[in-house]
Amino acid sequence: MSARLGVAGLAVERGGLAVLEGVSFGVPAGRALILRGPNGVGKTTLLRVLAGLQKPLAGRVEAAPDDIAYASHADGIKATLSVAENLQFWAGIHGTGVPDGVYDLFDLADLRGREAGTLSSGQKRRLGLARLAVIDRPIWLLDEPTISLDRQSVTRFAEFLTQHHLARGGIAVIATHIDLGIEAETLDLTAFRARRAGADGSDGAFL
Amino acid sequence: MIRDLKLAVRAGGGFGLALAFFLIVVVLVPFGVGPEREVLARIAPGILWVAALLAALLSLDRMFALDHEDGSLTLLATGPLPLEAVALGKALVHWATTGLPLVVIAPLLGILLSLPGPAVLPLLVSLAVGTPALSMIGAFGAALTVGLKRGGLLMSLLVLPLYVPTLVFGAEVVRRGGEGLGVAVPLAMLGGITLGAFAVLPFATAAALRVNLR
Amino acid sequence: MSIWEYANPKKFMATTAPAVPWLFALGIGAIVVALVWGFFFTPADYRQGATVKIIYLHVPSAMLAINAWLMMLVASLIWLVRRHHVSALAAKAAAPVGITMTLIALMTGAIWGQPMWGTWWVWDPRLTSFLILFLFYLGYVALWSAIEDPDTAADLTSILCIVGSVFAVLSRYAVNFWTQGLHQGASLSLDAKENVADVFYQPLLLAIAGFILLFLALVLLRTRTEIRWRRVRALDLRARRD
Repeated sequence: MSARLGVAGLAVERGGLAVLEGVSFGVPAGRALILRGPNGVGKTTLLRVLAGLQKPLAGRVEAAPDDIAYASHADGIKATLSVAENLQFWAGIHGTGVPDGVYDLFDLADLRGREAGTLSSGQKRRLGLARLAVIDRPIWLLDEPTISLDRQSVTRFAEFLTQHHLARGGIAVIATHIDLGIEAETLDLTAFRARRAGADGSDGAFL
Repeated sequence: MIRDLKLAVRAGGGFGLALAFFLIVVVLVPFGVGPEREVLARIAPGILWVAALLAALLSLDRMFALDHEDGSLTLLATGPLPLEAVALGKALVHWATTGLPLVVIAPLLGILLSLPGPAVLPLLVSLAVGTPALSMIGAFGAALTVGLKRGGLLMSLLVLPLYVPTLVFGAEVVRRGGEGLGVAVPLAMLGGITLGAFAVLPFATAAALRVNLR
Repeated sequence: MSIWEYANPKKFMATTAPAVPWLFALGIGAIVVALVWGFFFTPADYRQGATVKIIYLHVPSAMLAINAWLMMLVASLIWLVRRHHVSALAAKAAAPVGITMTLIALMTGAIWGQPMWGTWWVWDPRLTSFLILFLFYLGYVALWSAIEDPDTAADLTSILCIVGSVFAVLSRYAVNFWTQGLHQGASLSLDAKENVADVFYQPLLLAIAGFILLFLALVLLRTRTEIRWRRVRALDLRARRD
C-alpha cells in the first residue's frame, strides 16, 4: 500500500467555536504522527475532520476517503455477537476477510467464541483495535487507542503497529497521552489553538 | 452486506415484542367498543391498520440508537458502504422483523374483530404493500432523533403525521375489499407511497444521520 | 447589489429595524379597519346570516397558515443550499406564527361550522388537512426545541420540513380520497367566475392584507430575537474561551 496524508491550513470547530486553526502537516507512507496537547485542545475534533465526519472551517485534507480507517473512543462492538462474529461483520462491510493471525496478534484466540458483551474493557479495546487489522486500510486515525490496555498489551499493539502497518507503507495519526515507544513525529496542537478574533466557528457571522 | 446488518440488528432486537403489542392492541379494542359483530366488522380495517402502525413505531427508536451509542454508526459512516445503503438496509431489516410478522398474523386477528371474509385478502395485500413504507418513514424519524437522550416520544410526534397517507390508503383498501368494491386505486396509491418512500427517504435518512454524527 | 446581502445578520438587523414598527402599525390598522367595516357596514348573508362575518378572520388566517409553511420550506431550502443563518432562523421564527394561524383557522372554522353545519367538527377534507398541518407544525417546533446545537437543529428541521411538505401534500390527496366534504369551495380565486359577493370581497381583501403585514411583522420580530439570541450565544462562547 502507498498512501499519503496531507493537511493544509486546516481550521476546525467544536460546539460552534473554532478550536484549532492553521494546522498543516504531511505524513508520508510508512510514518506515524502523534498528536499531543492538553484535554480539549481539539485532538478528537481534528481526527474526526480527517475522517470526514465533520467539515473543516477552512483548509483542506488531502487523502482518499477510501484509504481512511477511523478508530474512535467507542469500539463499535455488538455485545450480543461473539468476538469472531464482530470481526466478520466488519470484514463483510469492508469486503475483506478475517486474516487467521488476527486473533493471536491481539491475544484474542481464547476468546473467539465469547459474546463480546462479557469481555472486560481491555479485551473490548483489543477487539476494537483488531478491527483495524481486518478492514485493511492504509491510513489509520486512532483516538486514544491504548485506553484501558495494560502495559503488555500496549507493547503488543505498538509492535503490531510498526511491524504490520507502518512497515507495509501504512500511515497512522494517533492522539495519545502515553508514550507508545514507537518511532514517530510528534505534533503539539497547543501551538495551533484558535486565538485570533474572527475565528469563531459557525457563529462568527453573528459577531 | 445487508445480511450482516440483519445479523447485527437481530441479535439486539426484541423480535416478538412488536407482534405481542399488535395482538394486545387488537384484543383491547372490543373491550372498549363492545362485542357487537357489526360494529367490530365495520371498524376492523382501521383498527388493524392503526395497530400495525403503532407496533411498527414501537421498535423504531432502537433502529439507530444502539449503533449510535456503541460507536458503530460512526465506524459505518467512515466505511465503504454509503449511509444511504445503511439506511435502506436498516429499514428492510426493521420491516423483516416487524412488518412481515404483522402481515402474517393480521388475518388471524381479523377473525377476532369479525373482519368480513372478502376483506381478508385485501388486508394481507395492503399490509404487505404498505408496511415497508412504515419502516422506511420510521427510519427517517429515527435518524432525525438519534442523538437525543429522550428521542422516543419526539420521534412518535414526527413520524405519526408522516404515516397518515399510508394509513388512509391502507385502511381504504381493506374497507373497499370488504364491501366488494374495486381496490385497484387505493392499492396503487399505497404502492406508490411505498416505492416513493424507498426511492427518496434513504437519502433524507442518510443526510439526517450525517448531521447527527457531526 | 445582490439580495443575498440581506442574509448577513448585521445587514438584516439594520434593514429590518425601521420596518418592524411600520409593519405592525399598518397590519393592525388594516385588520381593525377591515373588521369594523366587515362587522358593521356589510349586510348579513341571505343564507348564512351574521355568522358569515367570521370570514374576515377565517380566510386570512387559513391562507397564512399554509403560506407560513411554504415560507418555511423556501427558507429551509435556502439554508441547506446556501447556509445563510438568517434563513434558518426565519424558518424557525415563522413556525409558531404558523401554528397560531392554523389554530385561529381551526377555531374560527369550528365557530362558523356550529351554526352552519350543526356541529363543531366534521372530518371534512379541508378541516382534516388543517389538523394534519397543525401536527406537522408541532413536530417541527418540537424538533427545533429538542436539539441544543443550533446548526444541527437548523439542518435537521430543514430536512424534516422538506420531507414533511411532500407528505403534507400526499396527506391532502389521501384525505380528499377518504371523505367527501361539507366545506364550500375556495372563497377567493383568480380564475373562478363566482367569488364571494363584492360587498364581502373588499373588506376581506383588506383583512388579508392586514394579516399578511402582521405576519411579516411578527416573523421579522421573531427572527430579530433569534439573531440576538445567537449573538448572545456566540459572545458567551467566545468569552468563556478567552
